[in-house]
Amino acid sequence: MTNDVLVHVDGCPVRVPAGTPVAVACAQAGAPDGRLSASGQRRHAFCGMGVCGECRVTVDGRPHRLGCQVACLEGMRITRDAG
Amino acid sequence: MNAPREFMNLIGEPADLATDVAVIGAGPAGLAAAEAAATAGVRVALLDAAPVAGGNVWRARAATPDTEVAPRLRRLAGLGVVVMPGTRVVWPQPDGTLLLERDGSPATLRAKRIVLATGARERLLPFPGWTRRGVFGAGGLQALAKGGWPVQGRRVLVAGTGPLLLAAAATLRRAGAHVIEVAFEAETATLAGFAMRLAAFPARALDALTLRASLAGVPVRGGWRIVEAQGVDAADPASPLAQVTLARANGRTRTLEVDDLAVSWGLVPQVELAESLGCALAWRGHERHVVVDTDQRTTRADVFAAGEQGGVAGAAAALASGAIAGRAAAHDLIADAQTDPPVDLHDRQRRDRAARFAALVAATFPPPADLAARWRDDTLVCRCEDVAWSAVRAFDTPREAKMATRCGMGHCQGRTCGEALRLAGCASPASLPARPVRAPIVPVPLSHVLALPAEAESDDAPARAH
Repeated sequence: MTNDVLVHVDGCPVRVPAGTPVAVACAQAGAPDGRLSASGQRRHAFCGMGVCGECRVTVDGRPHRLGCQVACLEGMRITRDAG
Repeated sequence: MNAPREFMNLIGEPADLATDVAVIGAGPAGLAAAEAAATAGVRVALLDAAPVAGGNVWRARAATPDTEVAPRLRRLAGLGVVVMPGTRVVWPQPDGTLLLERDGSPATLRAKRIVLATGARERLLPFPGWTRRGVFGAGGLQALAKGGWPVQGRRVLVAGTGPLLLAAAATLRRAGAHVIEVAFEAETATLAGFAMRLAAFPARALDALTLRASLAGVPVRGGWRIVEAQGVDAADPASPLAQVTLARANGRTRTLEVDDLAVSWGLVPQVELAESLGCALAWRGHERHVVVDTDQRTTRADVFAAGEQGGVAGAAAALASGAIAGRAAAHDLIADAQTDPPVDLHDRQRRDRAARFAALVAATFPPPADLAARWRDDTLVCRCEDVAWSAVRAFDTPREAKMATRCGMGHCQGRTCGEALRLAGCASPASLPARPVRAPIVPVPLSHVLALPAEAESDDAPARAH
């Protein structure tokens, strides 16, 4: 497809259609994970609508971006909380 | 995906923007409001937190963005409406400036009139195991699947209450999921009674029949509630979902092997922005909504509210109330204040008919009355801050619980646990403070707030910033 974009999830390249939510790109890269909770549990996309914040990841150096609400753009670098 | 590309083409105006009417939310209500106001001849900006327009209802339904949203966006572009996806209102200032977060950066917007069309979120209630990987809001998984979340071949159980469970199940099945069952808390007799009463709403009856047909072969059972979502590793509370145990009122249980669990207990109007703007709110049963008059004007003269803001009533009502609000907001700015806004009786009839249907849905599918009895000591009632039920149940008021445990003080700012604890009987509506919402309405880096011009700062201190 001509409107695919290449993004990097924890350094791994993954190709997705432009406009794909970041959380979906993570899942397609085999890492359907979001933030680490207050007690250190790994959390995952839950509400899918920008409310719960469980899908938060770092996008191009900006922390706490909502994976379900941010669309993938060419070259985006997505990193999850280290756990 | 045509819609996102089309949407992105509209980006490019300056970070500090002034307009006549700001419409907050680009679902059915916001799209209709923006079009009605712009058609009347005023400048309009349309904001939405999501990267694509359509709101949760049109985003979640398969195949609709191209047929419903794209033509509307084209008309808005023709009318000169500034469309701002990926934009959240963070903090309304006393002078009328709205502090925004746009694609992760601060921006401001001044508007003479505001139309709130921020929709509703799912009522997501705690149960043991609800933080595991594989547990989702039903509408949330619907929206994620639409965006490409991998559900193909996965065994999905859809459970909770409300007619949206069927819509979620149908979308997931279309996306390739193996929907093993739709489990309603409402008893089978209640579901049958609801189906009978649908006859009074032919369009809804047709929707329901179409949905049921698309779920042919999927068992739909009444009278079952979720007991627990078990993980692959019984000893690890964070291990991914493997099984779900359901129970009947008589205590009978059964356990299903699943990959994903999609849950929902109806919708909750997202009234935080209205509340922070000082608009009056009211309760109707379990639903807190924005008080509006017949023109959709709130108790604040320069703020209108449309769609689910005035009470959950669905997309048809949202299109009607959005159009009414957009016309009325524009009328304020172009006409003598003594004249009434133009009346479209068709929109009013559509809006009021949908409200009657919504009342039937609310009466048929109430949220659980025994919620607290379903929780164990270690059930996390606040998943933002990992606060267990045992830690909060001793407190009399939400405020005391917050002060001692941080319950409700995490990222979602109490949007999830606040509703759950209210339903569990921990706080009656009367005991809630008049204005519990404090800016920023959504968590943002402190640098966003520092970006505000000095004269626009208010006295309220930020509740929390990362």
